[in-house]
Amino acid sequence: MQYPDINPVLPEIILIAAALLVLMLELFIKRKETIGFIALIGVGLSMCSMFYVKGVVGQETFGGMFISDGYSAFFKIIFYLNFYLTVLISLKYLKIERALRGEYFGLLMFATAGMMIMASAGDLIVLYLGLELMALSTYILAGFLRHKKKSNEAAVKYFLLGGFSSAILLYGISMIYGLTGTTDIRHLAGLLAGGGIKSSPVLLLSVALFVVAFGYKVAAAPFHMWAPDVYEGAPTSITAFMSVGPKAAGFAVMGRVFLIGLASVRIEWTTILIPVAILTMAVGNIIAISQTNIKRMLAYSSIAHAGYAILGIIAGTQEGMAATMNYMLIYAFMNIGAFAVVIMLKSEGLEGDNLSDYEGLAKTHPVASALMLVFMFSLTGIPPTGGFMGKFYLLMSIVNAGYAWLAVVAVAFSAISAYFYLRVVMYMYMKESKETPVLSVSPAIGLALIITVAMVIAMGILPARFIDFAGAASAAL
Amino acid sequence: MEIGYPILSAVIFVPVIGGLVLLLVNRANESIIKWGALLVTIVTFVISLPLFTDFDKTTYLMQFQEKHAWIPSWNINYFLGVDGISVFFVLLSTLISILCVLISWNAIKDKVKEFYIALLITEGAMIGVFCSLDFFLFYLFWEAMLIPMYLIIGVWGGPRRLYAAIKFFLYTLVGSVLMLVGIIVLYNHAHTFNILELANHTYPYKLQMILFWAFFAAFAVKVPMFPLHTWLPDAHTEAPTAGSVILAAILIKMGAYGFLRFSIPMFPDATKAMIPVMLGLSVVAIIYGGLICLVQTDMKRLIAYSSVSHMGFVTLGIFALNSYGVEGGILQMINHGIVTGALFLCIGIIYDRTHSREISDYGGLATPLPVYAGFFMVFTLATIGLPGMNGFVGEFLIILGGFAASRIVGVLAATGVVISAGYMLWLYQRVFFMNVNEKVAGLKDMDAREVLTLLPLLALVFWIGVYPDSFLGFMHVSVSHLLEKINSGGPADMNVAQAIIHMVK
Repeated sequence: MQYPDINPVLPEIILIAAALLVLMLELFIKRKETIGFIALIGVGLSMCSMFYVKGVVGQETFGGMFISDGYSAFFKIIFYLNFYLTVLISLKYLKIERALRGEYFGLLMFATAGMMIMASAGDLIVLYLGLELMALSTYILAGFLRHKKKSNEAAVKYFLLGGFSSAILLYGISMIYGLTGTTDIRHLAGLLAGGGIKSSPVLLLSVALFVVAFGYKVAAAPFHMWAPDVYEGAPTSITAFMSVGPKAAGFAVMGRVFLIGLASVRIEWTTILIPVAILTMAVGNIIAISQTNIKRMLAYSSIAHAGYAILGIIAGTQEGMAATMNYMLIYAFMNIGAFAVVIMLKSEGLEGDNLSDYEGLAKTHPVASALMLVFMFSLTGIPPTGGFMGKFYLLMSIVNAGYAWLAVVAVAFSAISAYFYLRVVMYMYMKESKETPVLSVSPAIGLALIITVAMVIAMGILPARFIDFAGAASAAL
Repeated sequence: MEIGYPILSAVIFVPVIGGLVLLLVNRANESIIKWGALLVTIVTFVISLPLFTDFDKTTYLMQFQEKHAWIPSWNINYFLGVDGISVFFVLLSTLISILCVLISWNAIKDKVKEFYIALLITEGAMIGVFCSLDFFLFYLFWEAMLIPMYLIIGVWGGPRRLYAAIKFFLYTLVGSVLMLVGIIVLYNHAHTFNILELANHTYPYKLQMILFWAFFAAFAVKVPMFPLHTWLPDAHTEAPTAGSVILAAILIKMGAYGFLRFSIPMFPDATKAMIPVMLGLSVVAIIYGGLICLVQTDMKRLIAYSSVSHMGFVTLGIFALNSYGVEGGILQMINHGIVTGALFLCIGIIYDRTHSREISDYGGLATPLPVYAGFFMVFTLATIGLPGMNGFVGEFLIILGGFAASRIVGVLAATGVVISAGYMLWLYQRVFFMNVNEKVAGLKDMDAREVLTLLPLLALVFWIGVYPDSFLGFMHVSVSHLLEKINSGGPADMNVAQAIIHMVK
């Protein structure tokens, strides 16, 4: 009997084994920071194995169901970063919330493993497996603050709507299977390119179902309804985690399914995605203006950013995909950085998630305010920050693909977004504080902030390396 | 012309790095911060001086060039250079920045450290805008400048600063992002961001038209041209003195500079087709801006609206598209930077004493502050365009150019000069003459620091007024090169203008 080559899937295997170990150790180790430390090491091992695998051995296994290539590696780097930064900003916060338990790290690792499987999925079934692993773990994480009503509400909402979207995805897969007899993405592409299935209305329906399911994962309108409530209710560290990881994973599978599997029906899915993208940018940017809770505001902002990132998929070119990937990388830094500042305001007795809590922060905490200023300008897309470079790449790819008008729509909404991002700056710098909030500073969160702010600025001033990296990774697709 | 160091990079980054170094200074050490900022701006000014002394006036080519690969995969370079059109704006920026530090010495009491950091970073970004020869780099500086400027208005401004700051930011951003898409479309067509190469390319007429208006959105907001000017009175009025000076002296020049550097050479056909619209908007700005000045009760607001009127002259000269008009336009931008900058400095000096900008709170100021009144008088007359001062040369050339382009435009523009004499002299009368208002009795006259702030500008007023050729000489070759590409204005009209010039001589 011949065994499949397990080298390509080694990082995922190590990660899941480490996650199981962390869950077990929870029973024996009283100091929960130690468990967090073990989790970091486990993920580190997994990351090392990925670089090892990438350099040495073949790229596919399980008959092409699992693909480990430059494309998936790029996304996996985002997921690892997402994990590390989330852990760094979590430690102190969980202590304050009295929710520092070992499962937290285990679940984060499972969710990360799920995302990695999604990025590597060469088959729709594997894709679904990864998606469920990620989704189930994040449902629990969203409700991790058991004693808080809002956290429970967030978990239930996320779970119910997520369940629907998974069912819709399965429905779409089943119809594809019924039409073509395969769930292998590349095989599917070959069949569609050859035959007369292209004009089948069933295919069109399944394309629409895919858009719904993936749109839910990346929080694209009109499938975004869960996001504000879940983002607000979930523990802030998990909000940061969810706003980056599942979104990036969603774009990873969109790239494979739409650009490879359904490449020959590109006109059909762009026709659906264009209104989705416009609506997403509109809903995210316009509703964010009226928010007074910063977590909700960042939720709408994250919806808006999904709208920008979809533009790269709509472009339908390798350049477009590279732009989307580059954007997700930048977004990971600037968004988690912003959440790191939000999380610092949470202290005993102060929730710290209202915009008014930021009044006069620049006077009392100049460093934290300056960092938040950088993240806000980056999210707006003002140079010389990474956010500008990311948007510029996306705009360039969409103009080169012949959708200059869509670029105009995008920049118009981007200009609107300046209003609510700058309002945070305005509260911090231009209003007087009523009381002095205490910041929950810790070395870990300091490290996370240094990494994120350095990357946001580095990607804005010296973007060449990152752009080439994304370009090379997307070429593997 | 060999200079041992990359002069343009130095001029851009000395202030930026100086600002970052100030970050490390303890905020309690206010005097170190102030002296440090002053030192940085003076050093920047000194290293920018070779641009004036070593400039080669005989070529239209870009000088002091620096070029390094930056983002190779998009063909973006770090590419700097100046020609006769841009060189004065760099010098003006370095000079004005020193004065801004001086004028803020006692006026800024809160968050001193942040203020000077913002000021220095603004300086670097402004200079970057005028030196960039890569469109991407240009846009980077153009937008990056918004961040410190937004903070300067919003944090250290007057009572309605929040409103003014966000209005300024949004107006400028909306215009700029449209230009951004325009830049990308341009790149899509020519596959380069190099401004010199882009200008040599010929674009289809329809594309020129679309891009002309996309760029118009960005530049006209900055100038500001009527009807996109409404952010300017708010921003100028609410900004702290240094912010108003930067806005008036340099920032709004970027729009007109953008027309000269991008719209006109890149889209000559669209420009020619749009001359009537542009001249019309300029004339409206001149007259409408002037009339509004007559009803202002706030000194700063009055000067702000006078900027709308004066920038109308500038755009009029530029879109007259003949050598008098364009050279006059560029010179008038510098004049306006000097004179309006000086007027804002003057208002800042008196505002520091009384904390009022209302004209009705003053009266008879010439009695307690004779030296101040003298300075103000000179700048007032320079604004009006009294012969022998800089305003006269610029406005004369512009009206001449406007007359050559269209007689009716020339005539209408000339009425603007009359209106400006009306509102400025009336302002002077109400503030400095008549009975001494008890609120201003016993105020101290200007101290040495304040005199020192205004003196360089005073010298420039007369230098340009008496011997403008030492400035115009820098522009001739660059401007005629620009106009060769456009070649507008009927020969008959040009002859008329020539004849007038001879008569004047």
